[in-house]
Amino acid sequence: MSGPFTTVQEQVDVTPDAIDRTEYTTCYMCACRCGIRVHFKNDEVRYIDGNPDHPINKGVLCAKGSAGIMNYKSPGRLTKPLKRVGPRGSGEFEEIEWSEAMDLATEWLSDIRKSDPKRLAFFTGRDQSQSLTGWWAGRFGTPNFAAHGGFCSVNMAAGGLYSIGSSFWEFGEPDWERTLYFMMFGVAEDHDSNPIKMGLGHLKSRGEAKFVSVNPVKTGYSAIADEWVGIRPGTDGLFAGALIHELLAAEKIDWDYLARYTNAPWLVIQAPGTADDGLFARDRDGNPLILDGKTKKLVSALEAGGSPVMSGSVDIAGQRAVPAFHLMAKRFLDKSYSPEEAEKSCGVSAETIRRIAAELAHAAFERSIELDVDWTDWAGRKQTKIVGRPVSLHAMRGVSAHSNGFHTCRILHLLQMILGTIDVPGGFRSKPPFPRPVPPGPKPAGHKSEANKPLEGMPLGFPTGPEDLLINPDGTPKRIDKAYSWEHPLAAHGLMQMVIHNAWKGDPYPIDVLFMYMANMGWNSSMNVPGVLHYLTDTNEDGSYKIPKIIYSDAFYSETVPYADLVLPDTTYLERWDCISLLDRPICSAEGPADAIRHPVVPLDRDVRPFQDVLIELGARLKLPGFVTADGSAAYPGGYQDYIANHERAPGIGPLAGWRGEFGTDQGRGAPNQGQLQRYIDNGGFWEDPFTESESWMKHGNKDYLTRAHKMGWIPSTDRIVMQIYSEPLQKFRLAAQGFGPAVPPDRHKDRIETYFDPIPFWYPPFETTATAQDYTLHAITQRPMHMYHSWGGQNAWLRQITNQNRLYLHPDTAATIDAGDEDWVWIISPQGRVKAQIKTMHGVEKGTIWTWNAIGKRKGSWGLKPGAPETEKGFLLNHIIPELLPAQGDGFRYANADPVTGQAAWYDLKVRLEKCTDEEAGETEPMFERFEAPTLAPSAVSADGVLRYGKALHPTPSGKPAAAMAEWIGNQKGHKEGGNQ
Amino acid sequence: MTALPAQTQKKLGLVIDLDICVGCHACAVNCKEWNTGGHSAPLPDNDPYGADASGVWFNRIHSFEVVPEDGGDSRMVHFPKSCLHCEDAPCVTVCPTGASYKREEDGIVLVNPDTCIGCKLCSWACPYGAREYDDDAGIMKKCTLCVDRIYNETLPADMRVPACVSTCPAGARSFGDFGDPDSDVSKLSAARGGYALMPEQNCKPVNRYLPPRPRKTVAEEAMGGAGLTPVADSSAGVMARWLDKILSL
Repeated sequence: MSGPFTTVQEQVDVTPDAIDRTEYTTCYMCACRCGIRVHFKNDEVRYIDGNPDHPINKGVLCAKGSAGIMNYKSPGRLTKPLKRVGPRGSGEFEEIEWSEAMDLATEWLSDIRKSDPKRLAFFTGRDQSQSLTGWWAGRFGTPNFAAHGGFCSVNMAAGGLYSIGSSFWEFGEPDWERTLYFMMFGVAEDHDSNPIKMGLGHLKSRGEAKFVSVNPVKTGYSAIADEWVGIRPGTDGLFAGALIHELLAAEKIDWDYLARYTNAPWLVIQAPGTADDGLFARDRDGNPLILDGKTKKLVSALEAGGSPVMSGSVDIAGQRAVPAFHLMAKRFLDKSYSPEEAEKSCGVSAETIRRIAAELAHAAFERSIELDVDWTDWAGRKQTKIVGRPVSLHAMRGVSAHSNGFHTCRILHLLQMILGTIDVPGGFRSKPPFPRPVPPGPKPAGHKSEANKPLEGMPLGFPTGPEDLLINPDGTPKRIDKAYSWEHPLAAHGLMQMVIHNAWKGDPYPIDVLFMYMANMGWNSSMNVPGVLHYLTDTNEDGSYKIPKIIYSDAFYSETVPYADLVLPDTTYLERWDCISLLDRPICSAEGPADAIRHPVVPLDRDVRPFQDVLIELGARLKLPGFVTADGSAAYPGGYQDYIANHERAPGIGPLAGWRGEFGTDQGRGAPNQGQLQRYIDNGGFWEDPFTESESWMKHGNKDYLTRAHKMGWIPSTDRIVMQIYSEPLQKFRLAAQGFGPAVPPDRHKDRIETYFDPIPFWYPPFETTATAQDYTLHAITQRPMHMYHSWGGQNAWLRQITNQNRLYLHPDTAATIDAGDEDWVWIISPQGRVKAQIKTMHGVEKGTIWTWNAIGKRKGSWGLKPGAPETEKGFLLNHIIPELLPAQGDGFRYANADPVTGQAAWYDLKVRLEKCTDEEAGETEPMFERFEAPTLAPSAVSADGVLRYGKALHPTPSGKPAAAMAEWIGNQKGHKEGGNQ
Repeated sequence: MTALPAQTQKKLGLVIDLDICVGCHACAVNCKEWNTGGHSAPLPDNDPYGADASGVWFNRIHSFEVVPEDGGDSRMVHFPKSCLHCEDAPCVTVCPTGASYKREEDGIVLVNPDTCIGCKLCSWACPYGAREYDDDAGIMKKCTLCVDRIYNETLPADMRVPACVSTCPAGARSFGDFGDPDSDVSKLSAARGGYALMPEQNCKPVNRYLPPRPRKTVAEEAMGGAGLTPVADSSAGVMARWLDKILSL
């Protein structure tokens, strides 16, 4: 080297001992449940990365998971059980011991159980242990249980499960390896996040597939789409309906698939005004019928060998009947689904719709795939090939959060069925334990809620007709959230968003205790936040609270904690046991089942307890059946880990499927194994059992698969699963509205039931679009940034450096209508109220839509944030101006602002207008809520001088080992590659 | 003022595929958590829970929208940026103490914390803004290409790559030796038209960015953008065709 200064050669240690030991567990920074490695140095968490062997994430880890250290070190962590001493919402608490906290909770709950168990409302938010919490509620005897699916996922879940026995969301995945045409509808960054990112990267890198994003906003995944369809919010169903219109008119239909795997050929009785109208024609044994086109005879649709027709009508004992396909086709061939009509509402040109329909047909039928696979169909016939239609769809939030989301989801599945793309190579594939029968069992329990008695089953389930509703003889709801009532009959995830409102109003009845877990209902998980805070604090004339007692469990000082009377502090995810169970939401892939555990990898440094431990102990204290043994002692004295290993929901079936049986040799079914949890730990925290090739495709009608699924306890029998283009359960509700059947809705609900329980999916405008006065011309929607979606907390020291203020994004032309530009402040006004926000213009947004990042805004005093945090001064929520109720009907009655079928909160339906702020108004968001006091929270890792120097004490030490040879890594090959290139 | 090696034995660097980067920030945060306890530990954060949180990050994602002048479709770009480990690194030659240097064996540009005086000349010299000043320690820090991982026998093999690479969910990041024209990264870059950022600065950056692929138009090409042809003039006509259709179960 030469020059005036030469480098003083630094001796860089390239082989330091950076890591002393590594533990394998499961992430909880969002809903994805990736496998993680937690690496330690000097007994401190040094680094968290993805577990390369894990079926979900295969070694990758997102921003949230990579920021896990700052979740575990958050200064927002609660440290002690708290008892409220000031007024609700003040944040004035006294610290109490766990013994007092448990005595208090036991006393409150015991009083209820001895008198009227339904006076407990138990709602568990972002709960990954719903098979435990739901069972606990059932054992307690209250029907008033759900998690947060009522405002998250139920339209996706129910829309799928009532159509194909599976669902988008997390229950299935595109065949990323083979799909040639992938359409994503709306925001999908929230669930299955790493698998979708991995899949998109892989799909695009194959270089032969087209990715179309249908979304009003061009962010995230849309940014890398080959085509962005900037649709108007809430019109996806019409757009997809128009695609179906085009495909039907051109006969681009997979006839064989529809005949064999769906109920398209089943005969539907056409006898308007009778109790049979719209039901399937059935034989004496109850089997649905088809018309055999060769023999011209009626035969059971469930027998192999028939030759069904798909159109025309037949006379059955004086009643006309037509195939379901005929009815469906008639609807979608109607002019109302023509591309020209769709264009008017969707804002997508008819030309684009026609072209995309043609592209779908081209991919499905001109580029079909044939795999040589030996498999056996449902009738026992050996097959040697699988035909794949390489088109796949995915949808989640954007479709789910509209009041037409259930039917829109059904239309998307109908599109897949017509193209024959479900569970085929290149198509959409279910993940076990799905598919299940359509709809799956069981039905919701809660018909009887009696003192000191458990319910007859689990509170949440799937009704197949009005007789399954949880209603009183006068038609009023039995549940506090009005799920499974005439207002929301298929509310399979409950309506958590309505619980606080209804409990405050005493409608349908008052409750004594509201018990919640990990649900920020005092802030970003509620609609109409100002109203909800009023409901939580409103008093009777005697000064008592209208909602008498509130118990809340959370690991952090969220905005909801100050409204609780008793706070049960939870742990972070690195400090606890958990099971990611097949009895709950699966983490499987289409290639086979998997489940996983969390186990404590760091010691607790404060006086908190895992919520599930607390719940199991409460169950024992209350002597709930199942939580105590015959002699009354605790059934799971070892807490949640004891329950995970030893609980049996059905003989041989427990929370974990792996290493069952006395010696750990059984999978799926087997006796509890005392060594099971250690086997999970030894295996990196998870279990998987890949399918054979013969089990991997056409699962609805694949005998090998159905046999295995039955053996594993996923489905009640090995019968084939028939997908439903026509839903008879919906028709039963419609008949009830016409006065037929065992239960008939009260008059006020009849029209609504008749309209929305259409057995064939249909599109209708979202309610708020029609209910809101025409002044409110803009759609307002939200999403969370990928580095925060479904994460719990705004207190993360690293993530908040990426986003700590949200802007309102809109098209420059839209901003120009109020003479506003970047950085200006505007009022966002809905009939419910107004919110102040700072704007940023962008071109990649539909002009009638404005949007923002959700849940960035935080309340002063929460989450351990310091005064002046931008989240608390400039960050805003649209929640404040979303009504939780629809406008009054003629008789004054108000329905929840929700999907009429499922009760899914319709928070994407919001319509607003904008006004530019005056100069005086600019600078800070409104409404601004009072700062609340905070109890003593956990110390952060910040030094006394205010600087966070995480890792300073973790500086590596020399190992003295020689350097390894450097190896290349090609991203899409998922690992090191020895030479060669893709 | 500090000399660069005449040539390096390897030219280690990154390939960043802008066709599939979704802007999720996984690489940035994973880099932060590895490196805050790594070779350059710590990567401090000022006022981490307050009004003006700011910290040292070796890798940052810049998200912006490109609007064509003709008013056509805009493009959202997520652009991850870290040190490009330039062959003619001005941050090295500008260094008055020899602290900023380029390794002869692999081309990685590092800062020697023992001799860095925190004068910030290197950050002024770097046209990419890829240097990160640690005002807590008073020295300059930067991407080390995870020099404490890539040769580290004490780590499992899958960790012997930069943290940003192994964590990337979309698979948008690759790592290798650009000095070898037959290496995977060289071939990947060549095949996809990988480009150097701001070549006019004459820094000869090693890292390569892969441009977005042409938008897929397989079906469009096949059909010339035409729609499907209805099999009959009316809906009734279409349905009439199906009366004789017989399938099999």
